[in-house]
Amino acid sequence: MESLGKLLVESAIILNYPAEDAAGVVSALGEKLYEAGYVKETFVEAALAREKSMPTGLPLLGDTNAAIPHTDVEHVIKAGVALATLPQPVIFHNMAIPDEQVEVKLVFLLALDQPKTQITMLQEIAGVLQDPDLIEKIMQIEKPEDVLGYVSEATK
Amino acid sequence: MVGKKNILVACGTAIATSTVVAKAIEEALYDRGISVNMRQCKASEVPSLADDADLIVTTTPVSVDRDIPVIQTLAFLTGIGKEEVIEQIVDALKD
Repeated sequence: MESLGKLLVESAIILNYPAEDAAGVVSALGEKLYEAGYVKETFVEAALAREKSMPTGLPLLGDTNAAIPHTDVEHVIKAGVALATLPQPVIFHNMAIPDEQVEVKLVFLLALDQPKTQITMLQEIAGVLQDPDLIEKIMQIEKPEDVLGYVSEATK
Repeated sequence: MVGKKNILVACGTAIATSTVVAKAIEEALYDRGISVNMRQCKASEVPSLADDADLIVTTTPVSVDRDIPVIQTLAFLTGIGKEEVIEQIVDALKD
């Protein structure tokens, strides 16, 4: 089983990213996954299109809301997760109520090649989303390598 | 004695979100001694697959023109209101 700690791509972790908008974050993270060989050239555009028609913003329990953009498997080379923390929120739309805006400061961009083998990682992301204290700690991390260590430890 | 109930779990791409939701429902119901058949699909596939379902659980809006209960929830991702939603699901599966 592939865990979140294993699937997070260190070169695709962007901390305190001064993003202008949601598309900017998805593009920046998608570019990193592309450069690292995880996704095809079509991935960013596909993720942006999917976000428009079926948004992934999630209002959470704590002060920080998250989004989990992703797209169809055909744009993915191998499974990986990119992560961004944002000092200023950007607007995503609510997965359940697409007309509603969600101010997001934590973004997990998911490159998934097959759903079943990544269930552990997906459950761990859901676990992170459901834990406001853990999110606040992730928001304060300054070095990408520390995110890997922290998440691996926290999701054990 | 009736057979296992069928739950159709829908999300945008049928890859990420519905995988988490399906697994969470399966575990929550298993803890209550209820065994179900789960099937995942894209929101756009719901109209063609709804016939076989006893309950539809979805994260994104879906259109269903049949008399099947639909529960739309983000609780299995966000944790907010999860217990209530599990109760709703249990109720919806009762005959």
